[in-house]
Amino acid sequence: MVWLFYLAAAVALFCTVMVITRLNAVHALLYMVMALLSLALIFFLLGAPFIAALEVIVYAGAIMVLFVFVIMMLNIGPQSVDQERRWFNLSTWRGLVFIAGILLIELIIALRLGFPEPLDVTEVTPHQVSLSLFGPYLLGVELASMLLLAGLVGAYHLGRREQERPKK
Amino acid sequence: MFISALRTMWKVFLHIFQKPETIQYPEEKPYLPPRWRGRIVLTRDPDGEERCVACYLCAVACPVDCISLQATEEEDGRRYPEFFRINFSRCIFCGYCEEACPTYAIQLTPDFEMSESNRQNLVYEKEDLLIDGTGKYHDYNFYRVSGLKIAEKDKGEAVNENEPVDIRSLLP
Amino acid sequence: MSAWLPWLNIFGVLFGALTTAAMLIWVERRLLAVWQDRYGPNRVGPFGLLQVVADVIKIFTKEDWIPPFADKPVFILAPAVVMTTVLMSFAVIPFAPGIGVVDFNIGLLFFLAMSSLSVYSVMLAGWSSNSKYSLLGGMRSAAQMLSYEVFMGLSLAGVVVMAGSFSLRDIVEAQRNVWFFIPQFLGLVTFLMAGLAETHRLPFDLPEAESELIAGYHSEYSGMKFGMFFVGEYLGIALISSFIVTMFFGGWLGPFLPPFVWFGLKTSVFVALFILLRASLPRPRFDQLMAFAWKAMLPLTLLNLVVTGGLVLAFGF
Repeated sequence: MVWLFYLAAAVALFCTVMVITRLNAVHALLYMVMALLSLALIFFLLGAPFIAALEVIVYAGAIMVLFVFVIMMLNIGPQSVDQERRWFNLSTWRGLVFIAGILLIELIIALRLGFPEPLDVTEVTPHQVSLSLFGPYLLGVELASMLLLAGLVGAYHLGRREQERPKK
Repeated sequence: MFISALRTMWKVFLHIFQKPETIQYPEEKPYLPPRWRGRIVLTRDPDGEERCVACYLCAVACPVDCISLQATEEEDGRRYPEFFRINFSRCIFCGYCEEACPTYAIQLTPDFEMSESNRQNLVYEKEDLLIDGTGKYHDYNFYRVSGLKIAEKDKGEAVNENEPVDIRSLLP
Repeated sequence: MSAWLPWLNIFGVLFGALTTAAMLIWVERRLLAVWQDRYGPNRVGPFGLLQVVADVIKIFTKEDWIPPFADKPVFILAPAVVMTTVLMSFAVIPFAPGIGVVDFNIGLLFFLAMSSLSVYSVMLAGWSSNSKYSLLGGMRSAAQMLSYEVFMGLSLAGVVVMAGSFSLRDIVEAQRNVWFFIPQFLGLVTFLMAGLAETHRLPFDLPEAESELIAGYHSEYSGMKFGMFFVGEYLGIALISSFIVTMFFGGWLGPFLPPFVWFGLKTSVFVALFILLRASLPRPRFDQLMAFAWKAMLPLTLLNLVVTGGLVLAFGF
């Protein structure tokens, strides 16, 4: 089943490249959804079906939907594609390529030094995930939920309509 | 809110036990009353002459302008349409032409099965419109009751018509 | 024997699902007619059963038109997404012991994942059509489906707590003593609402809302692409109905009759319920719909989850 992993990884890589190079924002987002789906497949192959399902539900199914929603509302037309084309030249992505190159070199060195046995699968069931979430990592979960609550309240505050003043 | 929604659903569900109102049309024809507004015909008077006197009132009354005709006159003084054309692809069967007609010539009939696959075939000429009957008014004959002078009938000879007043005479 | 059994299962489920969806078109029209004191399609074949064949011939031979102003690749992708996601969801439904494509240990999560992906089809169809009504439909569907997805998962959580598994077969087996719609009645009601909204069926069909948005997100579609949306909707009904049966009504469990027959019977009851809802209830306004999701349904599901969790923790059944 190693080839399945490599296939999924190749799809993920291809889609990620397409995300960067697409000029149309919606097409780029769709490729990003595909990348997330292939990531979910990789998680599944690595023995974490729960995380795979959550990846699809939360990232591909909810967060990306919101992204697409916002892009839809922006009413991008041909002129924005032209703008993208003008921005998409060597001088803008020089720095990014430099940083990414460092990561690539690191990755190559790590691969040459020794790669852990591929697909050393120990399946993590939802049961185990929840036990570890509410056992040793309880504090982390609670902190994260507090953070989310703060975000929720903040979003509500920003989106709230101005109170109508009573007429004098 | 939920209670009313559930009640609605229950009431609609009970309609399972009701007989359908549908009439299975081609096998089972619905009853159409005589004054039903369907295909338009041109009728004849009891003597078998055309009733239409080509007054253009129907063409004027028609809201979609689907009637066109051309008046002409016979030697005996009777007016009649040279051609009379109704474009049924435009007609909305409102019946205004029938109401406007002073001679009961144009009448709507309870017939609606007149679909065609070629649109041109919906333009009815006078030959298509004219029928060999009196339609809804059997005894009416325009020339017999109107004061118009024609070959076989002079002024004052119509039904219920007095002799014309001699305006040059002072006698009562 | 055992080598081709999985294939038989796969093609059997695929064929069965598609046939059911096609027949549902006829069933819905006939049932709606019955509830509106009409006959419905009864001309083509016995009882109008061949109406489906006529529709399919018509839809296949129609011109498959892509508007010049549309975003072509996305326009073609959108109807494919709805079919794929719904058909994929059928893979995890346990129809009877031995019938069913795959027994996933995260089957329920897989179902939720697929239903969350199906939002894309409606949204992308609305966006790529490049027309204002389609866009409005796409917008509405995105907001509606995201909101209803939130408590769709939560409404099933109570069942998961009681069964102690995400596997749908385990959930059915856990209902040997008592079907879950009795202890989880609140969960059933909320899931039914969420399922209606997810399939955008009639009381909640705001994405397509004929009377205000023409046909909403699929205004610009024609031919087989429109047919795919259409069949996708009916597949969605069949899917949600069979899922309700699996989660709350003991799946294939039942006395005397063979398991598969029980499953089919229960599912058809819910399909009829879906159609009855369409026949009887009016469409709410959009803000009412959203307020209903966030202010009524979400607290209810949370309450259900808390109470279920507390009871299971206290009595450990």
